[in-house]
Amino acid sequence: MSDNRFTDHLGRPIIAVTGMGVITSLGQGLQDNWAALTSGTSGIHKITRFPTEGLSTRISGTVDFIDVPVENAVERSYAFARETTAEAIAQAGLSGDFEGPLFLAAPPVEPEWSARFALADRAPPSQVEGDAYDRFLTAMRQRPDPAFLEAVQFGSISERLSDRFGTRGLPVTLSTACASGATAIQLGVEAIRQGRTDRSLVVATDGSVSAEALIRFSLLSALSTQNDPPEKASKPFSKDRDGFVIAEGAATLVLESLESAVARGAKVLGILKGCGEKADHFHRTRSSPDGGPAIATIRAALEDAGMDETAIGYINAHGTSTPENDKMEYGSMLAVFGERLKDIPVSSNKSMIGHTLTAAGAVEAVFSIQTMLTGTLPPTINYVNPDPTIVLDVVPNQKRDQQVRAVLSNSFGFGGQNASLVMTLEPA
Amino acid sequence: MSKSDNDVVITGVGIVTCHGVGKEPHIALLSAADVEPPKVETERFKPYPVHPMPEIDWSQQIAKRGDQRQMENWQRLGVFAAGLALDDAGLKDNAEACATMDMIVAAGGGERDIKVDSLIVDEALKRNDRETLLNEKLTTELRPTLFLAQLSNLLAGNISIVHKVTGSSRTFMGEEAAGISAVETAYHRIRSGQSTHSLVGGAFVAERADIILLVEGIRAHATGSWHPLWQRSADNGGGMIMGSVGAFLVLESRANAEARGAHIYATIDAVEGDRGSRDDGKLEQRLERLSMLALDADPAQTLVFSGASGLVDPTARERDVIQKTFPGATLRGYGGVTGHGMEAQFPLGLALAALALDGDLRVPSFDSSLEQPMPAPANRAVVTTVGYTRGEGLAVLSLNA
Repeated sequence: MSDNRFTDHLGRPIIAVTGMGVITSLGQGLQDNWAALTSGTSGIHKITRFPTEGLSTRISGTVDFIDVPVENAVERSYAFARETTAEAIAQAGLSGDFEGPLFLAAPPVEPEWSARFALADRAPPSQVEGDAYDRFLTAMRQRPDPAFLEAVQFGSISERLSDRFGTRGLPVTLSTACASGATAIQLGVEAIRQGRTDRSLVVATDGSVSAEALIRFSLLSALSTQNDPPEKASKPFSKDRDGFVIAEGAATLVLESLESAVARGAKVLGILKGCGEKADHFHRTRSSPDGGPAIATIRAALEDAGMDETAIGYINAHGTSTPENDKMEYGSMLAVFGERLKDIPVSSNKSMIGHTLTAAGAVEAVFSIQTMLTGTLPPTINYVNPDPTIVLDVVPNQKRDQQVRAVLSNSFGFGGQNASLVMTLEPA
Repeated sequence: MSKSDNDVVITGVGIVTCHGVGKEPHIALLSAADVEPPKVETERFKPYPVHPMPEIDWSQQIAKRGDQRQMENWQRLGVFAAGLALDDAGLKDNAEACATMDMIVAAGGGERDIKVDSLIVDEALKRNDRETLLNEKLTTELRPTLFLAQLSNLLAGNISIVHKVTGSSRTFMGEEAAGISAVETAYHRIRSGQSTHSLVGGAFVAERADIILLVEGIRAHATGSWHPLWQRSADNGGGMIMGSVGAFLVLESRANAEARGAHIYATIDAVEGDRGSRDDGKLEQRLERLSMLALDADPAQTLVFSGASGLVDPTARERDVIQKTFPGATLRGYGGVTGHGMEAQFPLGLALAALALDGDLRVPSFDSSLEQPMPAPANRAVVTTVGYTRGEGLAVLSLNA
């Protein structure tokens, strides 16, 4: 084995972050995002992408400033990912082919309604009730439409990223719902620890906000309906929180063995110290009431990092602003950190950017690293009516200058998905 | 090959195809003297033939009616096949093993509500405020639970709920490549000691107009009646016949399997995926490179299970590479008799290969125009999957002798 400066408590390669890129409704690029995030700015706005009349939720954190050739989830998700990846690779000081594997968290996609309407327009008339797809098929036989297929292939985003950035091997496209971004990072870390590669490209992107996506989450009562004013709707850990705000975004991290990063003289932005996961079998959308799997996830991340809970100086919470999540997350953190929890600053980026779904875990990992790099804790905004049952220092409403050296970031999702990451400023 | 504690071994096989439920009908298929034309549904989606799901008693693996109701067939089929694999590995009722078991599911998306979609497009033909109509209809007509039946990661979520597999839960997407990456990732995790036992696989339901529509975007689907895999041509549509497939494997480190006295079907010696442009012979170059994983195999004792989709061009190109790189080996295109199982295609190939190796089976020819009789049981198996639009994978298995 090589120099022990480069290996962790288990003799595995230490994983450095050497490049980061991010897009949210706050803007493009880490610099603009960080300026907005630390000034307590919200990116949540009225939806203009589609009409919202009659809908109970009419706000979101969509990203509407990146040009796409066609409006659909694949084009948007790809365009966001392309931009954040170019940013991260530039920051990492890499040029030419990436020459490492790609791990992509991407949203499940389906045809846009506009595409279905277009098919219906060129299809024969209905013969019997419920025969739309028979007619679509007739139309498709008459005139195939490769673009229709490509817009719903789950492999089409990673395909383009692989070609553009020269990644190696078969890319992994994954979904663990709202934990996807964290899972992608975990896969990138594991590949380096396996010794299969010196570097991994980790991308998480979500440009899937559409009328149907919004309505589906609405029907599950997951979304905030506090539409006016939009920027006040997301209020994690507040008493009057009533759901998350659906949003878009992307983030890319270049992960690299510390040894490889040092050897090529790259600037090390932070260390991906540990990852933890544990699935929950309680319910399709609700977490175990005792928080058992979330607690196990946080503990697993700490153990993987070779640290105990006293080392954590700041928590980047999942903090969705749904009544259930924030309560469950608080309970889980309390179980792990005990009495000391109230003294650990815990903030939720989602108070400003909303819930970027598939991208969230990676977006928040980028912000976690930036928190340590700048010595600035981003606030939880809209915190005017604290939930008395959640006793946390949420860094209320104003950023705080405070240097932290180890951060925990949580991600929890539908389908019993839980993932936590531990990041540190320095290797040791 | 010398054995080692972190070898990756297959200890559980769960298969559902048009041939039936579980190992037995598939062992029968792989050991028959002659293969009859497989079951094909030619009327329901005319002119598109598909291999249908067999009759399934869901309650055999999904005990609670309430759980069955929360899913549509795609998730049910996956949860069912996962249960078969756990049962087969002897881990179904081992709460401790399931609670620490890692899981990687290769998933597409779940069923659309065809009635609601039809209602909306029919109404939209009469109106010019389509987006407003969409809001009205989706708000009133969509069933909230259907969203969960459609979500890709909820196949894994339901496996956690029904079978209590909770060590970890990851869902890979991206058509055939999802299944390749799932096996590849689990393999490397076990090899490197990151995992001791994993549940890996996927499910695909072919009997879905919404899926046929997608692949018909490039006229990939065969039309008319069933033809043997290597004989499909542009005279009968695109050549691909999809099949409803559920295929899960329990993979373990040799040490873990031996410590609990598990039956080992086969060892996975190597697995790798790749992708890229298929122009100018690049597909052939990649497949030849992947074939090097089986460099030490004796062709006379090697069984090549090709997962070719039937899509005319890539299927012919894959055939040519296999004939060139594995001369003298026994070739079987399993997708010809099961249908193309998309995300489940690669795991299905490994499952069939494991059964063939373990049972010392002489696998009958699935298409006598190309496939020669198998002289003797094999000690190595090569499993390929070439994605119908992208992605390729190859695994090498050996008999656990």
